[in-house]
Amino acid sequence: MLLWTAIHGSHGIAAAIPREPIAVQIAAGAGVSVFLFRRFLTFLGTLVGASVVVFLVLEVLPGDPALIMLGTEAQADTLAALRKKLGLERPPLERYFDWIGGLVTGSLGMSHTYSVPVANLILERLQVTVPLAAMAITLSTALALALGLYAAARHNRPGDYGVMAFAQLGIAIPGFWFAILLVLLFAVVLGWFSAGGFPGWGDGFWPGFKSLILPASALALAQAAILSRVTRSSVLEVMREDYVRTARAKGLTRRRTLIRHVLRNALIPVVTIMGLQLSNLLTGTIIIESVFHLPGLGRLVFQAISQRDLPVVKDVVVLFAAMVVAINFLVDMLYAAIDPRLRLHDD
Amino acid sequence: MALLEVRDLSVEIATSRGTGFAVRGLNFALERGQTLGIVGESGCGKSMTALALMRLVPENARIGGAILFDGEDLAQADEARLCQIRGNRIAMIFQEPMTSLNPVHTIGRQIAEPLMMHRGLDAASARAEAIRLLDRVGIPEARRRVDSWPHQLSGGQRQRAMIAMALSCGPDILLADEPTTALDVTIQRQILTLIGDLVRDSGMSLILISHDLGVIAETVDSTVVMYGGMAVESGPTARVFAGLAHPYTQGLFAARPQLGQGAGKRLATIAGVVPDLVDLPAGCAFAGRCRLAVQACRVAPPAPQDLGLGHSAACLRLDAAREPAA
Repeated sequence: MLLWTAIHGSHGIAAAIPREPIAVQIAAGAGVSVFLFRRFLTFLGTLVGASVVVFLVLEVLPGDPALIMLGTEAQADTLAALRKKLGLERPPLERYFDWIGGLVTGSLGMSHTYSVPVANLILERLQVTVPLAAMAITLSTALALALGLYAAARHNRPGDYGVMAFAQLGIAIPGFWFAILLVLLFAVVLGWFSAGGFPGWGDGFWPGFKSLILPASALALAQAAILSRVTRSSVLEVMREDYVRTARAKGLTRRRTLIRHVLRNALIPVVTIMGLQLSNLLTGTIIIESVFHLPGLGRLVFQAISQRDLPVVKDVVVLFAAMVVAINFLVDMLYAAIDPRLRLHDD
Repeated sequence: MALLEVRDLSVEIATSRGTGFAVRGLNFALERGQTLGIVGESGCGKSMTALALMRLVPENARIGGAILFDGEDLAQADEARLCQIRGNRIAMIFQEPMTSLNPVHTIGRQIAEPLMMHRGLDAASARAEAIRLLDRVGIPEARRRVDSWPHQLSGGQRQRAMIAMALSCGPDILLADEPTTALDVTIQRQILTLIGDLVRDSGMSLILISHDLGVIAETVDSTVVMYGGMAVESGPTARVFAGLAHPYTQGLFAARPQLGQGAGKRLATIAGVVPDLVDLPAGCAFAGRCRLAVQACRVAPPAPQDLGLGHSAACLRLDAAREPAA
């Protein structure tokens, strides 16, 4: 402060009165990279934690993985062979690091039931699940932002009530049931889409995309319903802020104020819920992929669990965990992109 | 013709407890280049008056009367027309510089916004103009500061940035609603001096809203004292402060803290509280707190009495008020 006055006091208008101090400003670039680096460390730490938990639960806790996979009726020599194949006779720590090393290098071991490398299996299934999740989240976000903004702009008027009624319905309807209704209407009655299955991406973009439209809509409904409510209440809250009045006093129209000054400030809670929803969406695919007979990751983990294919379960679960953690990391970065105040003052 | 003439302005607010009258029968006129102060305690309707002039009152509020700006009645103007006037010909600065700037836009962008909208400047020239304005309002290193976020500035600098934003389009009227209340005492003086300089240099008119009599006395040509949503006394500032005709103005004046008053001595107060705007008394709004009130005061709101030279006060007991308090 003293130093500051010494530097800046000389050209002040009133020399007797110290001018207001400039808030200490860290160079913006450095602040952002420190923020990202710290977030990235958290990201790695969470990932290691998740892998340890998965490993402990499936391989170290009492209970013989080979016995679980083969069932209690299995012959002793078959069990021994599988134990050897899975490397169970080696110490847990060694097995853990082998596994992690494999995950990092991409050599994931073999599926017990399919007898193909788990990596191939996962890669193949990701081609369904990732586009499905991306379509669902895009659809739900677009719908939610539009509906939420619309409802907030028409607060306590019929449009608002209409959106809220839709949201209530969307939350109340179970996804799998809505999926069945969609199939009934669009596949059975109208015949616009097939009722299920996935033709792959081999025949070009459109057939694959088309087969994911109904499942993505089914996944998106509940998400959009919740997200539109969050958007609405967040927008309504921001609309009461002083800077919104400032924007209006500058001569901005209602619409322009909403888009330029309200929306971005209202996005923080929306992005938070979106992150949580994306995680939910991944688990949601387990059900929806079953309803639509899609060969996705959700169905893979479901089948692997019922067939006790532990190598697959282990890897897919850790992949799910990694995706969730990555989504959280992404959400944190989005926060910083949206609100400059969060770039310097994290935690 | 006055630049701004307010006739019988009223603001009614629909609340769950009934209709509140935030402003009632307010009249004043403002000439080009003139400065006007509105003074009164919290809840007297002064901020609502400012918002009404911009037609930015809350959605549950209704404006009555006429707001003649350059001959055009803003009370009747449509939203599109108002958007052309707000920030362009009538600009406003607010009490809380901490919350009045948008935290997710740089101050440069926020200052450039009205320039691009009302003046049709492109982004580059709006930015250059924003730097010039920041420099004009006394922000050091304006060229660097233009890219600062609001949270990187101190309170005083934010208020300077707000002023730069309000000035950007060279408005005819600057509305300043308690512009220094949220600031440190040392900064208050600088901001007021800055506003005074800018008003003088640009020839715009100023409406300064404050609860601080000292600020009003030093800054503005004419003064309106408000109480219970009405003007209780108005006139040239020098005459209002020399005359102190209305018992409320007298009370307000007696209640101000003074240097050298002596430690341990309590500040004088006006007994009682501001009347509830939803349940206003039939007569003079101040009657319940007035030491001079008589039965007639409680019957109907008193009409303004002309005291000569543009000075008037709405009180039935002006003669009694002239005697020193017993």
